[in-house]
Amino acid sequence: MTVSVLSLAKESILAPANLLERDIDQIIGCLLSAQVDAADIYFQSSRYESWVLEDGIIKQGTHNSEQGAGVRAISGEKTGFAYSDQLALPALLEAANNVKAITRQGQQRQIQVTSGLSAPALYLPVDPLSSLNDQEKVDLLHRIDRETRKLDDRIEQVIVSLIGAHDSILVADQDGQLTGDVRPLIRMNVTVIIEDAGRREQGSMGGGARADYGYFLDADKGLEYGRQALHQALINLEATEAPAGAMTVVLGPGWPGILLHEAIGHGLEGDFNRKGTSAFSGRVGERVASELCTIVDDGTLAGRRGSLTVDDEGTPTENTVLIEKGILKGYMQDKLNARLMGVKATGNGRRESYAHLPMPRMTNTYMLPGQSDPGEIIASVDKGLYASNFGGGQVDITSGKFVFSASEAYLIENGKVTQPVKGATLIGNGPDVLTRVSMVGNDLELDSGVGTCGKEGQSVPVGVGQPTIKIDSLTVGGTSL
Amino acid sequence: MQNKEEIARMETVVANVLEEAKNQGASAAEVGLSIESGLSVICRLGAVETIEHHRDQGLGITVFWGQQKGSANVTDLGEDSIKDGVKAACSIARFSGDDRYAGLPDPDRLATQFPNLDVCHPWALSADQAMTLALDCETVARELDPLITNSEGATVNSHQGISVLGNSLGFLNGYESTRHSLSCSVIGQQGDDMQRDYWYTVARNADDLDSSRHVGVMAAERVVRRLGAQSLSSRQCPVLYAPEVAASLLGHFVGAISGGSLYRKSSFLLDTLETQVFPDFIRIHEQPFLPKALGSSAYDGEGVAAYAHDIVTDGILASYVLSSYSARKLGMVTTGNAGGVHNLTIEPGDQDQRGLLATMDTGLLVTELIGQGVNSMTGDYSRGAAGFWVEGGVIQYPVEEITIAGNLKDMYQNIVAVGNDVDFRRNTRTGSILVAQMTVAGSTD
Repeated sequence: MTVSVLSLAKESILAPANLLERDIDQIIGCLLSAQVDAADIYFQSSRYESWVLEDGIIKQGTHNSEQGAGVRAISGEKTGFAYSDQLALPALLEAANNVKAITRQGQQRQIQVTSGLSAPALYLPVDPLSSLNDQEKVDLLHRIDRETRKLDDRIEQVIVSLIGAHDSILVADQDGQLTGDVRPLIRMNVTVIIEDAGRREQGSMGGGARADYGYFLDADKGLEYGRQALHQALINLEATEAPAGAMTVVLGPGWPGILLHEAIGHGLEGDFNRKGTSAFSGRVGERVASELCTIVDDGTLAGRRGSLTVDDEGTPTENTVLIEKGILKGYMQDKLNARLMGVKATGNGRRESYAHLPMPRMTNTYMLPGQSDPGEIIASVDKGLYASNFGGGQVDITSGKFVFSASEAYLIENGKVTQPVKGATLIGNGPDVLTRVSMVGNDLELDSGVGTCGKEGQSVPVGVGQPTIKIDSLTVGGTSL
Repeated sequence: MQNKEEIARMETVVANVLEEAKNQGASAAEVGLSIESGLSVICRLGAVETIEHHRDQGLGITVFWGQQKGSANVTDLGEDSIKDGVKAACSIARFSGDDRYAGLPDPDRLATQFPNLDVCHPWALSADQAMTLALDCETVARELDPLITNSEGATVNSHQGISVLGNSLGFLNGYESTRHSLSCSVIGQQGDDMQRDYWYTVARNADDLDSSRHVGVMAAERVVRRLGAQSLSSRQCPVLYAPEVAASLLGHFVGAISGGSLYRKSSFLLDTLETQVFPDFIRIHEQPFLPKALGSSAYDGEGVAAYAHDIVTDGILASYVLSSYSARKLGMVTTGNAGGVHNLTIEPGDQDQRGLLATMDTGLLVTELIGQGVNSMTGDYSRGAAGFWVEGGVIQYPVEEITIAGNLKDMYQNIVAVGNDVDFRRNTRTGSILVAQMTVAGSTD
């Protein structure tokens, strides 16, 4: 399968540009004429489309096509990088000459590219854009709009979006290893705006995967997103002021795992730890969570949004244990930081596109299930907050302070989930929030495929997940004292 | 100094794409082409870490098929690629809905005057020179105080680009602009507490950048003053937003009065035109023609003439922020804001930050906000914050791991004062903003 993916990638990138494998040999050879520790060239060709339905009509549609190559040379901790949107040998050689200026001159070396490591494919090299014809895409959006509007006559507006991308990449490194991948990515979202007695609220739900659009037809997922978006809007319609202050917080399963992404995930990326700028730097082997917590970053889950057969440096992804029974086990690494820290790359070298440098990034980050029944967890809380859905989050990796914002939350009173409360930001300290996890549910869920992570201006798709968990104390940023 | 030949070449490409759209049957079209190049150098711990050479080009095509619309973007400017792009846009247009509000701007709104806004000052900067500048800056920051123990580095960026816009009504214009910046981010440590902060300078002309010494000193001072931060107990108190975070309050405001949020009825400021949204001493206005400013532009994203005008006068909402489409949906006229506002300015008051701290007396000075936490439909606001606890108008100690919460409608009404300590580094120009009362949540009892 991998060989055929490699040839597919070559076919969609090199062939239209009339580039040959020996042209890649020449570019790598040019980079290697300097004294480099590592070098690579990353080719990319992608197509992307988006469709948006609003006011009951298809209001926006966009088709993007993009191709280019990024050339990188590394010497010690120094990196030279240039890219070109022209897939032509002269432009790529110019880029290579630009980047090797960062290193000392060395001997000319000859290189011949060969097929790199093979890894089992985690998704089919399908093209989502052509998996439905345009009429079928439009019909799907209209149907979701119609069916959602039927659910409640207080619905004022339904916005449905559909996004698909088909991305082919080729990466050749200093050893001449050539790796390729063909990556489908799809996303759908439904937003419902509702009005009742002058009060307006909205709810939003969606999903995505590395698959073709058939994924959304299966079990009518699109309609389910509409139902859940409406549910959220209705809950918000009844929401009262959220509490302010430190309290027991129970997080529901699935997407609330954004906690793990913000509180510990970013802090365990190799670059920050090599540089000693993370609140987790130098803490491998130490306790950073209660013994109920085992957390992994797993890029090998079939079809998931955060999964990759190989990362953007050609390294097969892995299931990396970050925290095992509360003890910090290791970091997520790309090739550069792995080499400088003397550890192995973990398949976490990712980049937004050929025009960006790779760096350590998460894939699918989640907590393994525990023993507790979710009902039992809620029943154990006298007074607290239950949060089952979230918007985004952010972290300051140096101070360790992180936030994530609840979009659906309820009070817990005497062991029962009661009054819905308005969205509020939750804030905590990454290195100690998980030490206060006192119960972990047996109901592990992964998110529905909606995550996008931003770091240093680069966005990549990611996944998160967790079972229901109870945190004995976390600060809730409501307005009610 | 304008690169006239390159602009002319790009204008020809745009004109050809418009012609191609017409040939493929589009009844109207709009085409944008931008080409940007630049250099970015990062130095860390006294040595160069990264040198990046940038060059990006993008062609955006929007076609109308009667009242149906489709768009496409391509990076390859070859003939086949352009044809394919136009074809993709036309194909989408035929599948999109018949929308009577869709279409190019009304011809009489298109810009006809193109004043020189002085936004192009190329910087003949070699990688070596950039490196020297970044190294100087980082060295100043690292040597300022022994509590500075680590660094994320100093970065020099220099970019220049040309942007051309044309449509089938005959609008065709291009201009060149530059943007240069220097930033520095360092880390301090005191016991177990580690803190990071940064500072930056940005300008159209490299001569207008703050010195590397100033940037380095600011970055280091901001880190040192954060060390030893603690949380607070939950309380209600006044909040003073420093200029670097106050701009976000205006950002939420612009979002709420933008045509898109209004016609979707997803704004907390729905139906507030000509009503009192702020106290009567507040004036907020747009200044598209400020020489050298980062948000200056003669026209908006669809070629409509930008114009200087008040958005808030005496606290009363005087204008929404509209594109042609959202204006038609609302039965109004475009305000030349397709793609956003141009140099949004809140009129400064007469106190500096020290004066505002004295006015506040006891409360929270916020210098950093994290997370989103804003419900654009209801105005409910809850964000992570860091800053300083203030008593008697004097900073007492740094605080972190707290949230500040309220509702934006109330927060706007409860603005007590705007400072004269204006941050000119962005498209939104504001001094510090003092809000009478918000809820602070923290982890201490």
